[in-house]
Amino acid sequence: MTGRTFNVRDLMAGTLMLLLGVGAAFQSRQYRIGTLSHMGPGFFPLCLGVLLAFIGAAILLQALRPALSHAPFTFRAEWRGWFCILAGLGSFGLLGEFAGILPATFATVFISALGDRDNTLASAFAIAAVMTLICFVVFWWLLQVQLPLVHWG
Amino acid sequence: MIGESLAALWTGFGVALEPANLFWSFFGVVVGNLIGVLPGMGPISAISMLLPLTYGLHPVPAILMLAGIFYGSQYGGAIGAILLNLPCHPPHAVTCLDGYPLTQKGKSGVALGITMLCSFFAASVGIIVMILASPLLVRVAYLFGPPEIFSIMLLGLVAGGTMSRGSPLKGIAMTIIGMLVGIVGADALTGTERFTFGITNLDDGVELVALALGVFGVGEFLRNVNHMAEIVAPIRMRLRDMRPSRADLREAFLPMLRGTAIGTLFGAMPGTGPTITTFIAYALEKRLSKHPEQFGHGALAGVAAPEAASHSKTQVDFIPTMSLGIPGDPVMALILGALMIQGIQPGPMLITQHPDLFWGLVASFWIGNVLLVVLNVPLIGLWVRLLRVPYRLLFPSALFFIAVGVYSTQNNLFLIWEVLAFGIIGAIFSALDFPVAPIMLGFVLGPMVEDNFRRSLLLSHGHLGVFLQRPISAVFIVATALLVLAQIVLRLRAPRTVAQPTTA
Repeated sequence: MTGRTFNVRDLMAGTLMLLLGVGAAFQSRQYRIGTLSHMGPGFFPLCLGVLLAFIGAAILLQALRPALSHAPFTFRAEWRGWFCILAGLGSFGLLGEFAGILPATFATVFISALGDRDNTLASAFAIAAVMTLICFVVFWWLLQVQLPLVHWG
Repeated sequence: MIGESLAALWTGFGVALEPANLFWSFFGVVVGNLIGVLPGMGPISAISMLLPLTYGLHPVPAILMLAGIFYGSQYGGAIGAILLNLPCHPPHAVTCLDGYPLTQKGKSGVALGITMLCSFFAASVGIIVMILASPLLVRVAYLFGPPEIFSIMLLGLVAGGTMSRGSPLKGIAMTIIGMLVGIVGADALTGTERFTFGITNLDDGVELVALALGVFGVGEFLRNVNHMAEIVAPIRMRLRDMRPSRADLREAFLPMLRGTAIGTLFGAMPGTGPTITTFIAYALEKRLSKHPEQFGHGALAGVAAPEAASHSKTQVDFIPTMSLGIPGDPVMALILGALMIQGIQPGPMLITQHPDLFWGLVASFWIGNVLLVVLNVPLIGLWVRLLRVPYRLLFPSALFFIAVGVYSTQNNLFLIWEVLAFGIIGAIFSALDFPVAPIMLGFVLGPMVEDNFRRSLLLSHGHLGVFLQRPISAVFIVATALLVLAQIVLRLRAPRTVAQPTTA
């Protein structure tokens, strides 16, 4: 290698768009395509899918053209943060369904707060408790959100 | 005709000053400003988080409140940009260039004062333009059939995709992704379920709020968690510091006028994002300035011009949004979506059918901007303290507001999973350096584009030439083609050197 590298980020970006475009186009063929004067439900998404695939290919080709140097593809994995944010949000969906809005709120804030390395168990607990109180007063009592406070199953 | 407008505006002031309406407008400005100041929260997150609150309101107070949130959060964002070099709203990236150096020089108060003056002045000019131009536009708008609407939307989509930031190809890709997401659900004409993959909750399509909060809320959290710099610099701000001196005013006056002019010009053009507008205003000032070397090191003109441009653009942007139903940027797309939820179809009929709404909105803009000034003078100290809310407390709380907010749009927990999915998708797209803002534009405009495309070709019996035979439509198609051509030419002529690292 003489310092000439591909643009890895755009390589992935182009491939992703290409795949999404092809996927959308294939899926559209399951719906009636119709003719230009009488378009079926599949016509427009098929056009979009094909267009997206072409754009993906164009991004891919540009990335394959080696340039002297590229902005390096820096990507720091942040598994703890990602996991806690997604798990926190997901727990609202689950606990909201099966346990009520107060446990859901507490879990969402507590779990997602743990995703930040600067939070301790105590500080996460504190912020979760405060938000649960806000939830009770503002959302349940004042705005009357349609979820039970606490229930089981 | 102008007389009619003025009479209508008078009524508008009556509507906007009704105590209930005034209250919601005020509430919107305060909450918008509050959320806009918080690090990492821009107008899009502010509006989508508060959108569910408006469902219980009448259309008029609802839209007044949303507009209030919009300019409140925009102004709040400028505070973070100037004091902390944190652009939460892309257009403020330009304000940072000179706003933050001013802070480092200890002149943050003056910078904020000038920002306030410029935004007030520019918004007032924008409002006057709105009053003068709206009736004209209504006349033109009656000439718009499906082919014209399709063509102008195409122009808006292409402009929005290519001119936001970063690679134009990637912008267009995101626009198409947004349009594909907009297709999800039952087809309006035939009832065929498209892209639902058997999930009945998707029959009515993807929820606008879930998409916005996923991509711009959760997606941002995923990107920022543990990467957000802790804010340590102690900032003190007193009222006295905010008053610009006579020399400051003289320095900022002409840039403010030019910035306003640029913003007004671009506001009328559908699809030109606010970011590009502020960049043009900044570049022009730098070119015209006698001391271009001062730019980037705390030139007041470098704050005044882009702020004025972004605020006048914001106001003028409401014209195409309300009268043609074509939003200029993702925030407008969100407001348009909110209008449609309220059962109001934006378009040429809006001004005649809902004069109270339209003129009330215009009047409330002005009232809102007065409120913004009145509010920010005494509260600046509080905003500065809010800026220091650490991210580690901010995002878990915001996540809760997102969850409960999106649930209450439909009282359906399925939307939480939609937010989750779009959060992951948005984070992946951002990591691959795609500009995510055009997704909203594509999502809101997509169904309308499809509808008008199908109808045009139904009327023309399948002749694609219809878009070029009708003069108004042809103008927009030619403009779109020129825009694409210009982008290609610029691309080919640009020296291929190091790929620019893009700023968020």
